[in-house]
Amino acid sequence: MADQFDVVVIGGGPGGYNAAIRAGQLGLTSACIDKRGTFGGTCLNVGCIPSKALLHTSHLFEEAKDHLPKLGVKTQVELDLATMMAHKTKVVGELTKGVEFLLKKNKSEAIVGEGRIAAPGKVEVKLADGSTRILDAKNIVIATGSDVMAVPGVTIDEERIVSSTGALSLKEVPKRLLVVGGGYIGLELGSVWRRLGAEVTVVEFLDRITPGLDGEVGKQFQRILSRQGMKFQLSTKVVGVEKKDDALAVHVEAAAGGNLQTIETDVMLVSIGRKAFTGRLGLENAGVKLDARGRVVSDAHYKTGVPGIWAIGDVREGPMLAHKAEDEGVACIELIAGKPGHVNYGAIPSVVYTAPEVASVGKTEEELKAEGVQYKIGKFPFTANARAKTIAATEGFAKVIADAKTDRVLGVHVLGAEAGNLVAEAALAIEIGAASEDIARTCHSHPTLTEAVRQAAMGVEGWTMQM
Amino acid sequence: MSIQIKVPAMGESVTEATVARWFKKEGDAVTRDEPLLELETDKVTVEVPAPADGAIESIAAKEGDTVNVGAILGAIAEGKAGSPAVSGAAASNPDAATPKPATPAPAAEAPKPVAAAPATPQAVMPSVRRISEETGLSPASVEGSGKDGRVTKGDMLAALEARTASTPKPATPAIPSGPRPNAAREERVTMSRLRRTIALRLKESQNTAAQLTTFNEVDMSHVMRLRSEYKDSFEKKHGVRLGFMGFFTKACVAALKELPNVNAEIEGDDIIYKNYYDIGMAVSTEKGLVVPVVRDADKLSLAQIEAAISDLGVRARDGKLRLDELQGGTFSITNGGVFGSLMSTPILNSPQSGILGMHKIQPRPVAIGDKIEIRPMMYLALSYDHRLVDGREAVTFLVRVKENLEDPQRLLLDI
Repeated sequence: MADQFDVVVIGGGPGGYNAAIRAGQLGLTSACIDKRGTFGGTCLNVGCIPSKALLHTSHLFEEAKDHLPKLGVKTQVELDLATMMAHKTKVVGELTKGVEFLLKKNKSEAIVGEGRIAAPGKVEVKLADGSTRILDAKNIVIATGSDVMAVPGVTIDEERIVSSTGALSLKEVPKRLLVVGGGYIGLELGSVWRRLGAEVTVVEFLDRITPGLDGEVGKQFQRILSRQGMKFQLSTKVVGVEKKDDALAVHVEAAAGGNLQTIETDVMLVSIGRKAFTGRLGLENAGVKLDARGRVVSDAHYKTGVPGIWAIGDVREGPMLAHKAEDEGVACIELIAGKPGHVNYGAIPSVVYTAPEVASVGKTEEELKAEGVQYKIGKFPFTANARAKTIAATEGFAKVIADAKTDRVLGVHVLGAEAGNLVAEAALAIEIGAASEDIARTCHSHPTLTEAVRQAAMGVEGWTMQM
Repeated sequence: MSIQIKVPAMGESVTEATVARWFKKEGDAVTRDEPLLELETDKVTVEVPAPADGAIESIAAKEGDTVNVGAILGAIAEGKAGSPAVSGAAASNPDAATPKPATPAPAAEAPKPVAAAPATPQAVMPSVRRISEETGLSPASVEGSGKDGRVTKGDMLAALEARTASTPKPATPAIPSGPRPNAAREERVTMSRLRRTIALRLKESQNTAAQLTTFNEVDMSHVMRLRSEYKDSFEKKHGVRLGFMGFFTKACVAALKELPNVNAEIEGDDIIYKNYYDIGMAVSTEKGLVVPVVRDADKLSLAQIEAAISDLGVRARDGKLRLDELQGGTFSITNGGVFGSLMSTPILNSPQSGILGMHKIQPRPVAIGDKIEIRPMMYLALSYDHRLVDGREAVTFLVRVKENLEDPQRLLLDI
């Protein structure tokens, strides 16, 4: 006889495991299936978490090597890549164990295996030992996430031609690294290896890096990265790779065609984006539809159109962010439990964890222009922020965009140290419908970097005080 | 020479007052002891007289300002403009009565009157609070569009716009449809000092004492008969009308003597028994409730009590009560019957432990022996502090009051 569950979640990433936890909290019986062997999905295993470990340690390495001597701390720095990688592995191990513990604590059965929807209400799991287990599920939540998008004609071997996964585990620092794709993954991992000694070149198809970012922020971000030594070839596409014994010959041409060039590199990182992962899920049997980009079609309530089958996270539309998947997982389970689940897509922050960081929440200036919304802007540079000066991190600025009439906060974009943390208050402001004046009239500790956000908020109405 | 006008001492517990009204304006000629302005305190209204002959040189505290005892209200230029008799001269020479601009204004030295901060009861966003305080538009009257119905800055601005847009065009009144801001149709008035004190005291009383109320009823036919029989001769002899309050006061004093807890108060861990009987008489005035006190009611004759009540009542209505006449009191009587109340539960006048509620006298059928008769009946209520007064005592008290009123001879015989 098959096992019975209120909810079976396919995929143990941030969307899936949080959905399973929430199901347990709400008294639903649930199972969470993941084929990787360790839970936590891309994020924990080969994404956010290991990359942040390397970003941190490589940043410390660069700080110790180049910046500390300028601040009066004499250093002699030597890289121990094996230990650096061991730290990363240890963190990932601890956190994936943590997820298993959380599933157990919330009485959700963690099943290692490949889940497939046999029919609505029925999930078939191919277990590691080759046997099959059938689960009866009143509700199936598809949380299978996303996978690396490949460049046509380029085969990823994860040794010399790597995806983000391979780029997190290079055995030595390459002399040259070619990053294909100027999105946040490429820039973060490019930064890691540049700090550790690689010559990094970024090839981007568009005429700008980080296309989702506010234009002004993106432009200054690129200038800073260039100053750090990263090279950029924009409006350029990769047309082929030749593997030689000692190097890779990467053929590129202008995005519009023509102007063929060859770039020699030791390692090439393919980071042009990610695509929804629905392979071997049996969606067609179940009647679940995919859109033109291969994403599971689902409505605002995460319903796929097939009763009892839901979808959350990267596998459906929206930004491919762990925290977006998490919130959808929670909302989806709340809806399944008959509660009003809701995600405010206008208040989802996003962060590029380079140094300096780039973070934003809400609309960019370009988006507002396109929508024809009248807005006002307040800006404040970190060069005028006392704390930024004391920690010698004065690059960047905070930018607050508010409605021209009501001063309601529409978007906040921060380029600078700790930007990821600084936009948290902006997300809250947007969530509760606050005006820039509300941020401006809220007390901020001195001296902190948060004051820059406040001063920028003041600037919306022209009363920035410390500039 | 200029003489300062200061806030006079108004009694031991009164430290601040509100400027209610200036009778004079800058430049007016005044004579010594002429009332210049009216101050409103927690309890009474006080007139401030001119300290000297002269002209008002400056006014430092405006109407509505809150001032402390000793604070400077303004200044008089002594001897300026002579006496009011030479008003013709003053009129022909306006400079004489007008303060010289060069004279340093005493206002600069005066302590800044502190405006009472408007209450913001629920948490509102800072921008909303600012707009509310600047414009008087209450966020409570605005439909919130933010998360969980929060009122946002945009909502406030829209409501303000609607308010200004709707005021100058009364010709085309908008048809009310759905929720709309009410602020424009409301009036916001600062509570008077007296009202604030009443509010504070009543709530304090409820928060402190364990209050409850016991009821009884009294057949008023005996007292009424006594009254109609003797009222003319009483009035002729004492020059005061024979009312019911004297009887009730006497009846209460007799009952208080028997049940001392009702005449006592709690202070900290102590009980203070009062061996005197100062009875507060609740009087409703235009500005609110005041409770002047009839002192040593046990030592007064019926006529003296009636005279005292009548005098206090008249002066309460005219706002002429002195502060000391409102302080103290060991027990209170309130008469809701004058407005037609049949039954009520009075709130204690803290720190007292008992208050008698009188009500309307109404003819009702009652069983007398085996017969039903129509008698003028009144319900009596005693609210008491159960921390100090037991139920037995409270009920006994009310029974005593009833007995004393139904058989007034008991008062004469002291039984």
